[in-house]
Formats: sequence, structure tokens, C-alpha cells
Amino acid sequence: MLVSIYRYNPEKDTAPYMQDYEITIPGNRDVMILDVLALVKEQDSTLAYRRSCREGVCGSDGMNINGKNGLACITPISEATKGKMDKLVLRPLPGMPVIRDLVIDMTMFYQQYEKVKPYLENNTPAPAIERLQTPEERAKLDGLYECILCACCSTSCPSFWWNPDKFVGPAGLLQAYRFLADSRDTMTQERLAGLSDPFSVFRCRGIMNCVNVCPKGLNPTRAIGHIRNMLLTQQV
Amino acid sequence: MVNSVTNLGRSGVYDWVIQRLTAVILALYTLFLLGYVLATPDLTYDVWKDLFSCTAMKIFTFAALLSMCAHAWVGLWTISTDYLTSSAVVRFIFQLVCAGFLFTYLVWGFDILWGV
Repeated sequence: MLVSIYRYNPEKDTAPYMQDYEITIPGNRDVMILDVLALVKEQDSTLAYRRSCREGVCGSDGMNINGKNGLACITPISEATKGKMDKLVLRPLPGMPVIRDLVIDMTMFYQQYEKVKPYLENNTPAPAIERLQTPEERAKLDGLYECILCACCSTSCPSFWWNPDKFVGPAGLLQAYRFLADSRDTMTQERLAGLSDPFSVFRCRGIMNCVNVCPKGLNPTRAIGHIRNMLLTQQV
Repeated sequence: MVNSVTNLGRSGVYDWVIQRLTAVILALYTLFLLGYVLATPDLTYDVWKDLFSCTAMKIFTFAALLSMCAHAWVGLWTISTDYLTSSAVVRFIFQLVCAGFLFTYLVWGFDILWGV
């Protein structure tokens, strides 16, 4: 199988380039892209990519696979090459600075994540044991808390490409809503005030690239819609 | 919170509301004009002049004109802050040119409307 991979080592290369590798998959099995990368790595040990859990939990190996962002460890070859030639094109997640090969600098992504204060804030006295929720209140967090911060969604969003320093991006906004929807959080007004500017939330144009690529099947566009409704209800 | 001194409502919420509200006004105005043209087979200059001489029509047209300017400003401001990010000077010049055109259209439109 032909695998074309984005290569860039800033210490040696003046510009990025695509390098082709011919690999043989043992038993012709439908392996994951991460396994393909391991086979390439056997041929060329200079190739750099991130990986850790190899089962779609840590979010380390997000990359652009045949034009679509996804996790290498849970994307089988059959899915990546669907409807195309028997060729695999792997690039780093788009719109972010490349450190080397498939490894990107995620500083801006984490800065936006930090901006939404992704932790519970409650200014009432702490109860003796824990802050309880009804099953209904807890159910509101389903589809929000599962995000693994792989950055597949934010790096597929044109609004995030244009303004990564101002637009929070789908991943950050999903987390923002996760705490806005939490019955135990008491800082709703302050959180909304921090999101009412023209960039943080309202740069979302609802094109749903984020929904299309999320490897966990989450829906950041819906969460952004909920935030927008909360802002409108509060300020109009 | 990211602030910008050049956007219309100084807030994402206001801009969002302004853009939707003005879109509704523009849609109603377009549909009305389209309906009027289709429902008036004998559309002469005098009929057209009578329509725009009516105060209600002047108010409706001016509302549409204001809506067009506000709608265009929100949209063009968004485009300028999406695509002209490398130079604040270029972005500001683009915004000034847009503002100049929109202001001209507004005054010109007002002049035509009240000249009927």
C-alpha cells in the first residue's frame, strides 16, 4: 500500500514536503492507521508522530487522514480509503504550527480551552459530603463531558483557522457549555459575560465540520447553539 | 472577552440580533416589491411614483435601506476580521472604504426617496 506522509523537520528542511512509502500489511488485514504508521516507522525511524493509549481515549494521535481529521488509532484503512484509490495521505492537523512531521504545536488550542475555565466553580459553602444532582440534571452533561481534547474539531473549523487567538473553537465551547449546563456551577452569568463578544462564540457559522470529524461522535455545534440561546435570553 | 472598536454593536450578541433582524426586514421588503410588481400588470411611472409617494412606503423603504447598511456592515466587518488579519492598517482601510460606500448609499437613497 502506498502511504504519502507530510514531512517537515525545521532543523533540516527549508520547506515541508510529502514523502511516499510502500508498505506491506501482514495478512492484508484491515488495520488501523496507527498500525500503518508503526510499519512506516520501521522503514524510516525519523518519522515523528504522537501516540499513547492506541484506543481512542487519550486523543494524542489526531491527524488529517485522506483529507479528514481523525484519530489514527481508531480509524481503519477501509474507512480512510473509502471510495478512493488504495492510497493513504497523512498530514498534521490543519491550521496549527507544525513542530515536526505529524506533530503540531497545540498551545493556542489549550489557551482557548483555558479561557473557558473548564472546571466547576461554586461560591456556596461546600456541603458535608458532596454536591448532589438529580438524574435529570446529570443527564444534561451527556454528550458534553466525553471530549478527549484531540483537537480534530477545532482544527477542521475555518473560523478557528482565521482567528485561533480570538475564537474559542468547537472543543473549548463544548466544554464551556458543559459547565454552563452543570446544575452545581454558580458562575453562569460570569461565564456568559466572558463569551458575549463578537469572536469567542459568534464566529461559529454553523458549518458543522466539527460534528463531521469528532471521533467521539459529539456535537459541538449544538452546544454552541445552546450557548447562543443562553446569551440571547440573558441580554435581549 | 475579545473587544473590537469597529464592530457595530460592540457585542457578538447585538451583532447577531442586528444581522437577523435586518435580514427579516430586507426579506419582507423584497417580497413586498416582488408581490407588488407581479400584482400590478399595468406598471407605469405614475403608479410607481404613487407607491413611493406614500409615507408608509417611504418609512418601509428607509427601514430597508438602513437594514441593508447595518447588515452589510456586520457582514463586511466579519470578512475583514477573518481574512485581513495580517495587517491592522489594511483592515482599517478596508473598513473605512466599506463605511464610506455604505454612508454614501444611505444619504443618496434618502435623497432619492424624499425627492419623490
